[in-house]
Amino acid sequence: MQKVAWLIPILPLLGAAFHGLLGRRLGKGAVTAVALACLIVPLILAGFAFSAVLDAPGRRLDLPYFEWMAAGPMHVPFGLVFDSLSSVMALVVTGIGTLIHLYSVGYMWEEEGYARYFCYLNLFVFFMLLLVLGSSLPLLFVGWEGVGLCSYLLIGYYFDTEVAAAAGLKAFLFNRVGDLGMTMGMMALFASFGTLTVGEILTRAGQLSPEAGFGVLTFATLMMFVGATGKSAQIPLYLWLPDAMAGPTPVSALIHAATMVTAGIYLICRLSPLFLLTPITLTAVAWVGGSTALFAAAIGLFQRDIKKVLAYSTVSQLGYMFLGLGSAGFAAGFLHLFTHAWFKALLFLGAGSVIHGMHHQQDLFRMGGLRSKMPITFWTMLVATLCIMGFPGTSGFFSKDEILYLAFQKSPALYAMGLLGAACTAFYMWRLMALAFWGEPRDRHAFDHAQESPATMTAPLVILAIGALLAGLLGLPRIWGGSFAIEGWLEPALTFGRSGLVVPNPEHGSAALAWSLMALSTTVALAAGFLGWNVYRRGTAAEEAFSSRFPVLYRVLSNKFYVDEAVEALILGPARWGGHFLWKAFDVVIIDGIGVNLPGAFTRVGGDLAAQAQTGRVRNYALGMAIGAVLLLWIFLK
Amino acid sequence: MTTLISILSGGLQGYILVALLLFITGLATVLCRRSILVQFMGVELMLNAANVALVAFARFRGSDVQGTVFYLFIIAVAACEAAVGLALVVGLYRLRQSTDTDRADALKQ
Repeated sequence: MQKVAWLIPILPLLGAAFHGLLGRRLGKGAVTAVALACLIVPLILAGFAFSAVLDAPGRRLDLPYFEWMAAGPMHVPFGLVFDSLSSVMALVVTGIGTLIHLYSVGYMWEEEGYARYFCYLNLFVFFMLLLVLGSSLPLLFVGWEGVGLCSYLLIGYYFDTEVAAAAGLKAFLFNRVGDLGMTMGMMALFASFGTLTVGEILTRAGQLSPEAGFGVLTFATLMMFVGATGKSAQIPLYLWLPDAMAGPTPVSALIHAATMVTAGIYLICRLSPLFLLTPITLTAVAWVGGSTALFAAAIGLFQRDIKKVLAYSTVSQLGYMFLGLGSAGFAAGFLHLFTHAWFKALLFLGAGSVIHGMHHQQDLFRMGGLRSKMPITFWTMLVATLCIMGFPGTSGFFSKDEILYLAFQKSPALYAMGLLGAACTAFYMWRLMALAFWGEPRDRHAFDHAQESPATMTAPLVILAIGALLAGLLGLPRIWGGSFAIEGWLEPALTFGRSGLVVPNPEHGSAALAWSLMALSTTVALAAGFLGWNVYRRGTAAEEAFSSRFPVLYRVLSNKFYVDEAVEALILGPARWGGHFLWKAFDVVIIDGIGVNLPGAFTRVGGDLAAQAQTGRVRNYALGMAIGAVLLLWIFLK
Repeated sequence: MTTLISILSGGLQGYILVALLLFITGLATVLCRRSILVQFMGVELMLNAANVALVAFARFRGSDVQGTVFYLFIIAVAACEAAVGLALVVGLYRLRQSTDTDRADALKQ
């Protein structure tokens, strides 16, 4: 197994090179075959790696390949690490990646840039696997930047539309802010530990005495968290994710729901011992996560674009993950990452199926009554909706409930935010379902032409639906007779063999408290969900009534709290003004004027004057010669 | 006063003065006249001013004949130079239909 582990990331890279160089010439059939093969083989290998990790000592396989960078005291090896965390994540990336590649075959078949699309998608999988498996922070950072690049390329896939190009740029710029934090965090970690290999950092962090004070460490983890907010779309850097929906829908499912945006959560899980040492950062993580969960869910309430609803839902769910991490429940956060990957990918693919069937109609208000037309899409999306709202027994129920339980122990206010967010989640999801699948068709023409998607698209939906239902069993809580298995599985990676520092046992509260919190959140979610369904299955009249009754509230919510406008006015406006000022005042006047054109003008005027002497007349030249000769004589003979 | 006496009594200064006047006349001719033929004559005048000076110095240095020999060389070179120069004058005239050097100012461009 160890001998071929490097194939896991390399194969998608080769696939990307193949599509990019030969894809257009060899046609769609070859592209499809290579793209799927470059995902399925790594998936199988990742499965083998997973079972190898089971047997490995300390559930950790370190595979250093060669020294990558050596500069003074810095030595960065190029290596892969398979431990309980990264092997699960690699399975998620390749597994869901395979399903979405399969789905994309049907979804993108008509597209002109079929080979280009799969080139980017395979390249994305390569970088994501590098991010997940890399043994050192710089290698992780290469993957981190690489997935950002692929995200940019795929958001701007329809680069001939201005919206897509601008959205890609927005995503890229927001990620730059986060990346600055990430690099500063890496520098701080190098300054305090003298190494950038994750394993060594965590080992040395374990040897620190608790009295030493963790100022630099707090700074480092805070900066890492800034990086995570950029990649995982948390307040204040969440604005790019909803715009990223300009890309093709399978891309939204893979990159902007299931894998790339969870990189921030993964990073924090990877460095969890450091975060446990810095309670200030953990508190910041929890509050940012909790407020994002509520804020984004509230924005999602009245969006009309089906993908925008899901985008804000993703931001909100990522907030839940950070809430879990911040409450020191790394396993709970990671479990939500895992379950969310299934049901959110399913929701996006289902939405893609609806959009595909409705001929690129994304407005919920123009849908309706699709239940009979698209039965497979309907039933699978229903499963995903039950999961995300936390219907008892589904995967989202277990993971979200665990997070809310931990949040309650951290602070009841955090729990309240999470609970309110969960109510909003259930409402907007059932609003989406009711508007799309129930009621009368509001666009008769599109409805008549709507049809169920081909099998390459519905098969992934069914597989994802099964996965979404069962994924939660990994985290069956103890009060349900389970053992919260994922925590035991992840423990070696999360605590990194630290004896003194134990991940707080999430079950130490009383069972009665757990039961009552669970009952409360389930009741609230079910009530909100029923409200959303009941109101919207009759059509859009209720929303119009609501908007005329509470015009201010409705406008604020449907305009996303005017955050984009505020950023435009407070940051982009001054920045643009400053840029304009620098351009007009500094560049044009000082650089171009005084720096470049003034010496140029001197030379030109001087040249013009000197050119007057060049008359072309022999007599003038002779005069010059004579004067020169006289001067020479005068100099030598005086 | 002594200079004047020296000049009048056939001293060196008189020859140098003649050479100087000759040279200045030649230079002024070259600088002021526009006809290439006349300018050419000015050049010859300057050349001969040098010759006068050479011969005068040779005479007053006594047994030294270097200056005289040099003078003979210059006469020969001047003859060759005249041949080349006149050929140039003819060439310029053929090109421009005039001997006005101010109109031959193609170097300006």
